Amino acid sequence: METRHKILLLDDEPDLLELYREMLGQLPSRPEIFTATSGPRAMALLEAHPFRLFICDLKLPKMDGLQVLSIVRRKYPALRTVVLTSVSDEQFRSRVYALGVDLYWQKPSSDQETRMFLECIESLLGRETEEAGFRGVQSKSLVDLIQLECLSQSSSTLRIINGPLTGRIWILHGELVDAETEGVTGEEAFRKILAWKAGSFEILPPEPEHPRRILKSCNALLLETAQALDESAGAEPTPGESAPRPASRLATIAQGEEVEFVLAFGEAAGGGRFEALGLENPERLAQWLERTLGRFSTLGEQLRAGPLEQIIGLGLQRHVALAACGDARLCIGWRHSLGAAEVRERMKKVLATWS
Amino acid sequence: MVLKKLFSRAAPPPLRMPSGCFTVDRDGAIVVSTLPSDFPEAFVREIGRHVRETFAEARAAQLPLHELIVHYGGLKIVARELRGGALVFLSPVTLISPARSAGDRIP
Repeated sequence: METRHKILLLDDEPDLLELYREMLGQLPSRPEIFTATSGPRAMALLEAHPFRLFICDLKLPKMDGLQVLSIVRRKYPALRTVVLTSVSDEQFRSRVYALGVDLYWQKPSSDQETRMFLECIESLLGRETEEAGFRGVQSKSLVDLIQLECLSQSSSTLRIINGPLTGRIWILHGELVDAETEGVTGEEAFRKILAWKAGSFEILPPEPEHPRRILKSCNALLLETAQALDESAGAEPTPGESAPRPASRLATIAQGEEVEFVLAFGEAAGGGRFEALGLENPERLAQWLERTLGRFSTLGEQLRAGPLEQIIGLGLQRHVALAACGDARLCIGWRHSLGAAEVRERMKKVLATWS
Repeated sequence: MVLKKLFSRAAPPPLRMPSGCFTVDRDGAIVVSTLPSDFPEAFVREIGRHVRETFAEARAAQLPLHELIVHYGGLKIVARELRGGALVFLSPVTLISPARSAGDRIP
């Protein structure tokens, strides 16, 4: 028997809830609709039922929508979330997206808007929850995308974004012409880009004048890259084997340009309380880092300012950047010659490779 | 039902992230502020306290800092050390202008 998806609607206005219940109940997938008029009631329902989608207003009494969403995103990361609100404010929109919400939608005011909203909801319900894939073509890999472009004899420039990393692949009349990422070009760049498992892409106009650096055929190169990826996946430790020691990951970071020291806590510390490279007496600094991250995480929750991304400290001798990444907490000391924006970008890259 | 509706108050929107700056002295007193008046003063004091403590503890850990930048998903805090106190800039992060904000240095 086909299971019906469950949707939870949270709004403090019972009349609106009734209206949306009626509208959403008529979607082609016939979802089951549950409603709640307060944050605590919604949390209780989320505990009790496996919901597919959570639709939430921002203006709520006592516990506002941002508070509810920050808890929901933390407790149920796989749950699809939508904000449906009358608040039209760019600031709230970006705070909502910073929380990882799938969709921010202003309450529809016309038939056309209502229709579009319902289509979006139906599409969200139908989407697989798996995170891998490229935004826009959720279930397709990058290999599929390139094959599609080559088979259709297209000419385009694919711009692929994976966190702080950006890559480009040039295709002309269905043939791979060149690739570029992180300072490398040609086949090497192509292999690097293909190793990315998720991200977003855009198709830019073709650049017929771009120099050709890839001479192999699309299929041959895709096959070679797929084999190389399979081999590297096979080399990864199975659950029974021991994973590489986190200290070696720290050593890789410490070898980076402009890095003065690395300090890691939690999962990153390889079993100890913390692990440090490039520091003579890390104990006091470790205490400061733990307290600083804890203090500003709590402050962010009080202010409802969204997730704490990074803390950067600028000093006359050196700069530091702190961030949490999953269970790991990292602090990297950077050379004083770098600017704050450079420190932030470099730290982002470290975090992207760490995760 | 109608009476209940008449007398019920609409829920307020969530707290807006403020834009502006304030100065906190070495004793934690707010000396001057350009933050909007609807932003709770308790939060201003709390931010000031955390910033001052972080600077002081960094100094004690032999890592003297003159500037602290805290990036949240929806807010950026830039604090400059002022002999035990701090000058603190708050700026909301929006999708339109995520990078530039009050407190950024003009090149």
